Amino acid sequence: MISVVALIIVLPFAAAVLGLLGSRWPRGVSRTDRDDLAAGRRAAWFAIAPGAASAALTLWLALDLSRGAGRSGPGAPFWTGLLPGHAEGTLTVVETGSVPISVSLRADGLSVLAGILVVVVALAVQVYSVGYMRDDSRYPSYSAFISLFTSAMLLVVYAGDLIVLYAGWEAMGLCSYLLIGHWWEDRANSRAAVKAFLVTRLGDVGFLFGIFTLGVAAGSFRIDDVLRADIPRGTLIIATLLLLAGVAGKSAQVPLQTWLPDAMAGPTPISALIHAATMVAAGIFLVVRLYPAFLAAQPTLDVLAVIAAIGMLGAALAALAQDDLKRVLAYSTISQLAYMAGALAAGSDGAAIFHLVTHGAFKALLFLCAGVVIHHVGSNLMSHMGGLRAALPVTFWSMTIGFAALMGLPPASGLFSKDAVISAIEHAHGPAQPFLYASALLTVGVTGAYATRAWLRTFFGPERIEPLPEPPPGTAHVFDGREAPRSMLWPVGVLAVPALLLGFAGPGMAGVETDWGAAAVSLVLALLGAGIVYALWRAAPEQDPARLLGPFRGPCERAFSVDALYAALVARPVLRLARGVVRTDATVVDGAVRGSGRATLGLSGLVRLIQNGNAQLYVTGVVAGLLILSVAAVVLA
Amino acid sequence: MHVVYPVVVSALLFSIGVYGLLARRNAILVLMSVELMLNAVNLNLVAFDVWLRDRLHGGQVLTLFVIVIAAAEVGLGLAIVLAVFRTRQTIDVDRLRALAERDPATGVAERDPATGVAERVPSGDDDGEGRS
Repeated sequence: MISVVALIIVLPFAAAVLGLLGSRWPRGVSRTDRDDLAAGRRAAWFAIAPGAASAALTLWLALDLSRGAGRSGPGAPFWTGLLPGHAEGTLTVVETGSVPISVSLRADGLSVLAGILVVVVALAVQVYSVGYMRDDSRYPSYSAFISLFTSAMLLVVYAGDLIVLYAGWEAMGLCSYLLIGHWWEDRANSRAAVKAFLVTRLGDVGFLFGIFTLGVAAGSFRIDDVLRADIPRGTLIIATLLLLAGVAGKSAQVPLQTWLPDAMAGPTPISALIHAATMVAAGIFLVVRLYPAFLAAQPTLDVLAVIAAIGMLGAALAALAQDDLKRVLAYSTISQLAYMAGALAAGSDGAAIFHLVTHGAFKALLFLCAGVVIHHVGSNLMSHMGGLRAALPVTFWSMTIGFAALMGLPPASGLFSKDAVISAIEHAHGPAQPFLYASALLTVGVTGAYATRAWLRTFFGPERIEPLPEPPPGTAHVFDGREAPRSMLWPVGVLAVPALLLGFAGPGMAGVETDWGAAAVSLVLALLGAGIVYALWRAAPEQDPARLLGPFRGPCERAFSVDALYAALVARPVLRLARGVVRTDATVVDGAVRGSGRATLGLSGLVRLIQNGNAQLYVTGVVAGLLILSVAAVVLA
Repeated sequence: MHVVYPVVVSALLFSIGVYGLLARRNAILVLMSVELMLNAVNLNLVAFDVWLRDRLHGGQVLTLFVIVIAAAEVGLGLAIVLAVFRTRQTIDVDRLRALAERDPATGVAERDPATGVAERVPSGDDDGEGRS
């Protein structure tokens, strides 16, 4: 059983290795376009076949777990009822001298649920990428990195030990760097990749120390042992706060959210993968995985509540003012992840995971649709789009479903999961609860506004497509009259189904109660936001409805200048410090080394004067020295 | 005979030798001064050997060694002087400055204090051309 879990993780990893090493085998001396095509085709097989196998195995695992022995109680989250089975296996225990590391995997309801999300979205992204990246000569490495990314996320999901989890966690950071910087020819893209890497790494420092604190306090890194151990409250608070730094970094929460909008520099399928299934989901997943520890540390949950409250509203407002379609979706991801964080802070891990899964489905759908639109228009900017309803019918309907789910309109999945989150926040207790609740309700309205704005600006109004004379590198845009290749439309269509219907699984299968009162309130708020934007747009379809923000539009568009603030507070002082260090190194350290050399040379120049080649002078010196010594010996004796 | 007489004589001889070594410019005379110093030591050795009544006559034995070494040394020294004279046409030790510290870049010795002329020093290692 556990070997199936291992196989699920290893298959994408093997796909990555094969794709990197085998796509261009045998390596020719010259590369022609035909070689590129063949390599791309082979890489696509290497990427998709193991991914599909992994997905099939995950479904089989879910089926197997659903027949397992039940151990669900009334207070248990829904996945223990849905998938009551449990499997665990340890490959080996690494003795470290203090706390041993067990290389172990575990599969339970939570990890299989997240695992299904990961493999399905990853498979959809892989299939979609075949069409999207058809003209890219680096497609083999790209698809191999996606496989590696999937494998790393699966390792996080199925890890039975915190250190194993950390290995997957860090591998994801590397993969996100490689994929965001896929079009590194453009300096901005590689800068965005470096930014994503550094910001998440900043959080990971805290994360690693949080793991150490927990592991040392519990005497074991195994997740079960950590959760079962009796850890003093103070230690637990410190450990969970440290873990929260890593969670904020990976899940792009305030104050480490700045990397996510810039990560849009990567190809659109990568954004779908990062935003829906892998990278950002890891943070929320980790909190749920260690939820008993977080529940015992109330101050951490209060901090999380504040982070969530600020993040959801701020990111939604920023999304309202963006012109770049992908950046709208990026800020919306931050906002939705803040909802999950809010649900966690409110004490409902079930609502958080439910929203994580539905959000994974509809956000992947939205990004893949946005990819089709961008592929079609050849630009990310919504001011270049408009009137695409007729040209892209499949995309239009799919994206409508996605936006409906994002806004929480019935019958799409977002209604149910967001309702679960909001009713959890409503019934929570804690000092930050009123703040969080108000923020959540306001955000519902703003979400309705920005989703409607993006929808209207993209698909309605006058057409603004300008034929591009020559596609700039990286956009891969050649319009041939069709909507998109079939390999791109299929994943979109397939993902639209769960985005639309997954919500009904909530009350039915997952056992999450739907609070119709709260649902009505949030529905009214969302429709209110949407209605305002629609009225504005009807008044002047040419203009951007974001003008309703008035004087706040500028700050919102710049995401409240957090980037500039960090540049002033962190980046510039660090650069100045670095320059100072370089100067100190050049003048003081190197100066000391060079100076000692020069001083020795100068002194030796003095001594050199004596050696003038006259042997008699030398002998005079010897005799004089001898005389002085003998006189000294006589006198002192 | 008191030991003081030979000691004084040998000290005088040694001093003359040192003077010759330091002051003479002719290489052969410098060699002769070295011989004078060696023989002053020999005289000392024999005198103290007698005065101390050494049963093994270590002083005398050592004297014989010194004489032999001195003979060898002077033979070698004269050969060197002869070779120097053949290459340089001079055996004036003041002008034999081949071992002086010199600028590695130019191969020119420091200025001769007597003539003020920078001497071109033939060297084997610094320049592979073998100028002479």
